[in-house]
Amino acid sequence: MTALAARALNGAQTWRVGPISVRFRTRNALVGVGLVIVMVLTAVIVLGLGSFQVSVPDVVRALFGDGPQAVRTVVLKWRLSRVVLAVLIGLALGASGAIFQSLTRNPLGSPDIVGFSTGAYTGAIVAIILIDTGQPAVVSGALVGGLLTAFAVYLLAYRRGVQGFRLIVVGIAVTAMLGSATTYLLLHTELWRAQLAAIWGAGSINGMDWDEVRPIAVMVAVALPVVLVLGRRLATLELGDDAAAGLGVQVEAVRLCLVLFGVALVAVPSALTGPIQFVALAAPHIARALTRGTGALVLPSALVGATVMLVCDAFAQHLFAPMILPVGLVTIVLGGAYLTWLIARQARQELR
Amino acid sequence: MVTTTVTAAASAPSSALRSLTARRRAGVVVSAAVLALLVVGSIAIGANPLPLEVVWAALQNVDPALPEHLIVVEQRVPRTVLALVVGAALGVAGALMQGMTRNPLADPGLLGVSAGASFAMTLAVALLPITSLFGYIWFAFLGAVVATVAVYLLGTGRRGANPLTLTLAGVSLGAVLSGLTLSISLLDARTFRSIRVWESGSLADRGWEIIGPVAGFIVVGLLFAAGAARGLNAVALGDDLAVALGADARRTRLYVVIAVTLLCGAATAAMGPAWFVGLMVPHVARWICGPDQRWIIGLCALLGPALILAADVLGRVLVRPDELQAGLVTAFLGAPVLIALVRRSRARAL
Repeated sequence: MTALAARALNGAQTWRVGPISVRFRTRNALVGVGLVIVMVLTAVIVLGLGSFQVSVPDVVRALFGDGPQAVRTVVLKWRLSRVVLAVLIGLALGASGAIFQSLTRNPLGSPDIVGFSTGAYTGAIVAIILIDTGQPAVVSGALVGGLLTAFAVYLLAYRRGVQGFRLIVVGIAVTAMLGSATTYLLLHTELWRAQLAAIWGAGSINGMDWDEVRPIAVMVAVALPVVLVLGRRLATLELGDDAAAGLGVQVEAVRLCLVLFGVALVAVPSALTGPIQFVALAAPHIARALTRGTGALVLPSALVGATVMLVCDAFAQHLFAPMILPVGLVTIVLGGAYLTWLIARQARQELR
Repeated sequence: MVTTTVTAAASAPSSALRSLTARRRAGVVVSAAVLALLVVGSIAIGANPLPLEVVWAALQNVDPALPEHLIVVEQRVPRTVLALVVGAALGVAGALMQGMTRNPLADPGLLGVSAGASFAMTLAVALLPITSLFGYIWFAFLGAVVATVAVYLLGTGRRGANPLTLTLAGVSLGAVLSGLTLSISLLDARTFRSIRVWESGSLADRGWEIIGPVAGFIVVGLLFAAGAARGLNAVALGDDLAVALGADARRTRLYVVIAVTLLCGAATAAMGPAWFVGLMVPHVARWICGPDQRWIIGLCALLGPALILAADVLGRVLVRPDELQAGLVTAFLGAPVLIALVRRSRARAL
């Protein structure tokens, strides 16, 4: 009975509607539905937290435009934008991490370890100091910095192919160089500006509003569907280029597309909030553990990423209230601890 | 390279050995000369261009009324001395860590030891009413030893440490610790102010009251390093062989941990986290004198200070009249070295 249930759970289903057919594993679908439920529940709970506590039913009522005016103001005007922002950033980072870990065929090959986020941060600092403190300058500075860094790291790590460990160590080295460059730049500005930049550098969504939600929402709405469709090719790409080409995948075109959209998914949030580290690293690992699946698992990773961001941001807001920490520090501490545990466990296993 | 040495040693053992010894002696002499030159440069060159006669006169006989003399005696000389002790500490600590973990990428910065020291210090600055460095240097030691042991335990499998895993464990634990450090400093503006400059790895404006105790701890650390050197040669062959050769692997390891703790803790407390000095210097030393830990450690004690002094002088010259902190310059010099190391195909297998 249990064996039968397990087989049904891990087996694949195919749904056909006219000419379109979708094939999926039952377990992935169930996990996906479960993750959506967990994400929504977390969001509702987080919306109620704060110096003005709102109970869960009241939050739901306010979300549907019901209930007392004060509650609606708090929930919809003050808190909803931040929660939506956290969810969007989490979706973007989780999806991007899944893509890069699959493309590099390395569980540590996520955009933050490779130095992408630090590059975006340095680019933004240069823009703030040299050009302008306005949002367009900061965003374009971050995009240019991130792209250049990713390109440089990839080139420096390239030697008859890119081997995972080399990619990571080159990323560490480039990150250290960029870090000392930003430290120098920050030591030469006023204290208040340096502290602002340090907060921004830690990845903060404090004080953000619908104005910041809009660009990220547009980007996620465009990039996520593309990435989800192309992500189905990733499992084939993992077999190796020749095998994938033999199976009818246009290897170079698909990879280029995935890299570009994956980069966009990290760069836009990094540009607005500063680098938020380790979400892109941890989310695919958790997704893989939950689904026990193979391939890139872009959608589950994105959903895990959103939930992780919600939880981390709740910690950032309420742990030391009334002081608010940048959410990036919480993700570094929690995600870094998770990574350390992962590495320690791997060390025990591989040498057994 | 190895095979040629072996065949040469087989055919003419005495001449090969003699040439190696000559090379080692030449390496030490040249390193000492370079170091002496850099000491002179560090005292003579600065953001404030002073004529050499003035510098010389200040060293001979200080006239407290002259600001130029005070610049030399109260700024440049302490700074040079601090660079000497901190450089020796970081270079030797790197050599010990690389020797013991057999990891070509070991470095106090990469393995999270500096991050541990600065986390403990920041915590102390934030929570305790300590104002003197002598008060919180103990916390730097505590942080360094806890981080050293934790990274070693986390990154070590059942059959010994894999360099890759050890490095990754160090980097990830370092990320956690620096995240915590940054959180503390952002929650408390006073702490942020007091660690901002310290974190950049500066040698400037540390008086004798800081340099004195730091140098004391570093000298003790260097003594422990010297005591561990012979044992490390045996441990480098693997624990089983080390035991077979009669080396006390456990004592060697204890000495190394004590030395690394004292050296990294004191260096971090005095200068802030410095990356890559401990990575670069032992590689140069090994290139000069071959795989004998006694020579490597001795040479590192000369080359480490030389690197830090060079970085410090460079930082003063490059952006005159401003200054680049020595730690920033070494990060810029060291990152390419790290990249070159991993690009060598052999580093992958190591």
